[in-house]
Amino acid sequence: MRGRRLARGAAGVAGFMIIAEVAGRTGLIDPSVVPYMSTVLVEAVRLPADPQFAEGLGKTLMIWGTSLLISLLVAVPLGLLLGSLPRADLAARPLVEFLRPIPSIALVPLVTLVVPFVDTIKIIVVVFAATWPLLINTMYGLREVDPVAKETLRSFGFGRMSVLARVSLPSTAPFVMTGLRLASSVAFIVTVSTELLSGGISGIGVFMITAGASLRTDLIMAAILWTGALGLVANALLVGLQRQAFRWHAMKAVGG
Amino acid sequence: MLDVVNLSHTYGTGPKAHHALGGIDLRVAEGELVCVVGPSGAGKSTLLRSIAGLLTPTGGQIRVNDTEVAGTPGDLAVVFQDYSRSLFPWVTVGDNVALPLRRRGKDKAARRAAAAEALAEVGLSGAAGKYPWELSGGMQQRVAIARALAYRPALLLMDEPFGSVDAQTREDLEDLVLKVRDHHRMTVLLITHDIDESVYLGDRVVVLTKAPATIAGELKVDLPSPRDQIATREHPAFVHLRAEVGRLVRGRDEHAPARP
Repeated sequence: MRGRRLARGAAGVAGFMIIAEVAGRTGLIDPSVVPYMSTVLVEAVRLPADPQFAEGLGKTLMIWGTSLLISLLVAVPLGLLLGSLPRADLAARPLVEFLRPIPSIALVPLVTLVVPFVDTIKIIVVVFAATWPLLINTMYGLREVDPVAKETLRSFGFGRMSVLARVSLPSTAPFVMTGLRLASSVAFIVTVSTELLSGGISGIGVFMITAGASLRTDLIMAAILWTGALGLVANALLVGLQRQAFRWHAMKAVGG
Repeated sequence: MLDVVNLSHTYGTGPKAHHALGGIDLRVAEGELVCVVGPSGAGKSTLLRSIAGLLTPTGGQIRVNDTEVAGTPGDLAVVFQDYSRSLFPWVTVGDNVALPLRRRGKDKAARRAAAAEALAEVGLSGAAGKYPWELSGGMQQRVAIARALAYRPALLLMDEPFGSVDAQTREDLEDLVLKVRDHHRMTVLLITHDIDESVYLGDRVVVLTKAPATIAGELKVDLPSPRDQIATREHPAFVHLRAEVGRLVRGRDEHAPARP
């Protein structure tokens, strides 16, 4: 079942690449504008050996990971706090609803003026973007905690903090995980975007700008392939982790 | 052991207020099994939740062993109707049963041993490593009963504990409750809307009126022990008692046929 799905997906990707290749070879697409797919693939395979790309890849992963970790450390405690204190929630809600739709990239000019370090600028902007899905999902998960489960523990004489630690937190964890998946893809998109916008010494986005300056469309496309693959792998890893760690959540939803 | 004195409770205020309990006096002696029956919406659960400290009643007093309690008495266990929501799906059956024992100051090994013993008592020896959602409904409610047993509460409260299981499982669980309470001489307050069940299980049956609930009456159940699902239910005293309880539930003064 899973193998077949994987095979179908691979066939789809291969089919697309063959069409792109044929379109180039038959002159449908001018190869001087868009390189052959085969050329892009060869470049993509070669890229990790390119020291500039390898360093950029490491830097992008570093910004992405650091930002995601900071978002997790900020958003989850904040979500738990707002979720368990209705008054604080009411006070914070207008602010949250105002800040949330602001495109994080729009912060780049401001942060650039205030913060002198390019990596820090990027991290601040990415954290801003990745915090929302985590915060909202944590708050939502906390609201979804079953009151019967909480009352069960309370009836045994457990206090508020114990109920929070032993019922509310484990019950909210799968929602935090969903938030983390959403935050991860947002953080990756914004990381590469800040690199394109703010530049810096290295990064996948910086590599693309450099390649663009020397009109290397093939290199740009190879780097794009890498970003797509990275996003795919990160999501697959998180989905796997979610399935493993929160099997109970899926099973309960089925009504076992 | 448990004294409920003039307990009243009103939900909300103003014209929308719902007057659920209108002065309940109830006494449960040490080792007694008292069943509370009443029409649905009579405030049975409000009574139980007040005793468990899950809500603060607007009037009256609850005393356990002659000491007034505010909040959760701390030495009771509740078995809820909704076992699937009351058990924690993220931990195993064994950990579900062992968790409340943290309040008893037991170390991990002692908690595990007590959990295993309680699970064996409800006939689930091999289930400690399973997750609640891997078990059938009846087995899940057995786990909830084992969790209450392991805690060795001074008072066991049961809120419609067999309302969500099939008839056969229900009989099995009723007999299980009788067996474990004989074994541990536990004090039990069980809430049900099922008249037959209240007579079958109880030493005494207390009947509530509809909201605002007061005590409509109470009956001592003098049936031979141990009870038997078939013999007890055909016993003339059983037939007579359930008719009496039925009359009380319906309301003595009402000669109208039963409400739908």
